[in-house]
Amino acid sequence: MQDQVLISVRNLHKWFELRKWGFIHVGFVRAVDGVDFDIRHGEAVTFVGESGCGKSTLARTILGLYQPTKGEILFQGKKLQKLGRWYRAQVGYIQQDPYGALPPFMNVRRILLEPMVINRRGTRTERERRIREVLEEVKLTPVEDFIGKFPHMLSGGQQQRVVIARSIVLNPKLLVADEPVSMLDASVRVEILQLLRGVQEAHQLGVAYITHDLSTVRYFSERIFVMYAAKLVEKAPVKELISNPLHPYTQALLDAIPDPDPENAHKFKEVPPGEPPSLLNPPPGCRFHPRCKHLIEGLCDQEVPPEFEVKPGHYVSCWLYK
Amino acid sequence: MEPLLRVEDLRLYFRTTKGIVQAVDGVSFELAPRTAMVVVGESGCGKSSLAKAILRLLPRNTHTYSGKIFLDGTDVMALNDEQFRREVRWKRISYVAQAAMNALNPVIKVGTQVAEPLFIHNNLTKSEAVNRVVEAFQLVGVPVDFVDRYPFELSGGMRQRVVIAMALITSPQLVILDEPTSALDVLTQANIMNSLKRIREELELTYILITHDISTSSELALDAMVMYAGQIVELGKAGHFFLEPLHPYSQKLMASVPTLREDKDLEFIPGQPPSLINPPTGCRFAPRCPKRFTTCEKEPPMVEYKDGRKIKCHLYV
Repeated sequence: MQDQVLISVRNLHKWFELRKWGFIHVGFVRAVDGVDFDIRHGEAVTFVGESGCGKSTLARTILGLYQPTKGEILFQGKKLQKLGRWYRAQVGYIQQDPYGALPPFMNVRRILLEPMVINRRGTRTERERRIREVLEEVKLTPVEDFIGKFPHMLSGGQQQRVVIARSIVLNPKLLVADEPVSMLDASVRVEILQLLRGVQEAHQLGVAYITHDLSTVRYFSERIFVMYAAKLVEKAPVKELISNPLHPYTQALLDAIPDPDPENAHKFKEVPPGEPPSLLNPPPGCRFHPRCKHLIEGLCDQEVPPEFEVKPGHYVSCWLYK
Repeated sequence: MEPLLRVEDLRLYFRTTKGIVQAVDGVSFELAPRTAMVVVGESGCGKSSLAKAILRLLPRNTHTYSGKIFLDGTDVMALNDEQFRREVRWKRISYVAQAAMNALNPVIKVGTQVAEPLFIHNNLTKSEAVNRVVEAFQLVGVPVDFVDRYPFELSGGMRQRVVIAMALITSPQLVILDEPTSALDVLTQANIMNSLKRIREELELTYILITHDISTSSELALDAMVMYAGQIVELGKAGHFFLEPLHPYSQKLMASVPTLREDKDLEFIPGQPPSLINPPTGCRFAPRCPKRFTTCEKEPPMVEYKDGRKIKCHLYV
């Protein structure tokens, strides 16, 4: 079970058309531009990248909220023609902002009931039992205290627990968590991450965890995929990536993350110059080449680097590892 | 050395329909010139209210505003509101508010917005002001031709730099930065922290940095203040605090910080911070404290530890 591929994404593209005055074609925003990866049963993977690198678009495409422009998604070996309602019940979504994700006019019971009503699951008593089960699972106990409350009566951490409960109420096989803790306080953050990890292990769920904060990743997932300008540039197991980053972008990203050390106040960090490229006109060749200090002229700025397997399980798209 | 800022028993209470919120409750500290102090704590512990109390940016429902603030020896609490506005706020103490980069006026060019304090405080002509803006932009690392751009044409990192330029334009002595990098990406964050460090050295500024991100705050911190429920619980050199926090709350807070390189088990602080309307009597952290004992029902004194740190806890009496 552990080694079986749950979801497999092949050469996925999601382009958004840009128009002027509503009808003149200007170009495409290439938010996801040729992405390949697998997530196995019961495996948590993390996508890291800066804002605007396309990671949220990728999440929404995996969820079936966007139809891919090109490429395919295989779920449990089946190719999905259309990402319909059956598929969406197999995938749970944990949103970034819990308050915005919960309808303010529904109480907790109604919020958790809704997915089961839409998917015609169970009888009335079975549904009620399932609601109590998931609330206990996310540790909103005693259940009676929470089941009738509205979102505004809950703290940020409790709201996020409701969101997690809702995402697992249909027994999905895959969870997509888009920055699940970025809106929460540091001390609550740890609590929610541990809860999510517990849920994932208990049900052997595949998780796609999307974040820009690399420091929480090691507590949460098995593999890290680094995304830069709509492409995955490096894929590796967590420990391997943190101790031995290969892509110059990953190296810069890791160097930029401080640990709480008083010495930091007395030294300056090395940061690559410039900003991530526009996805409307991405640079030719490797997309990181204008900011890269290891630039090989005539190669990096002309040809797109393929994926090299440097060590078993450690893939990097960079000409340095040819 | 004569402290730049001395705050004594500062209190700021707000009136709400549920009761009186004691957001800042008896805060005293000193700040040496050319230092950088970080203020850390959970949300709702009074960090931002402390900034507002120092700047006298008081909302209408203020109930109590008392205490003493000395800036470079002058008693600023003795000034009336108009004198304070004219002489102190933005001229000697400036402020980068939380999420200020999203509060730039979308229909005014950023150069004009940055110059605004100069027209109000320094009575400069337009051309003089433009020169000053160009200087400030060079200082914070914004390309000079950006003066004619509108906020929506700038990336998040550039907007944050513009807001910092706005705080520096009147050459203040003290800059209060409230979560200056919390909405930014890691690389941009590292970039801005580098600039802030360089600017502090070049202009001999003093910073108060308010944040809940302890890892990032270590980039600037020379002094550290930990706040809990409107009060200071630990105050001292950042080096001591990061390596060996003493107050049980500081210890818990540090244990909840995820680290990239070090393998440690993360902890969280069970329970919720207390309501500031009716804070617990005695030590305010006692209900969540793992080291609680009977004396904790009494208000703990501020104790001076052997390395000069001040800790509000019975354990160190």
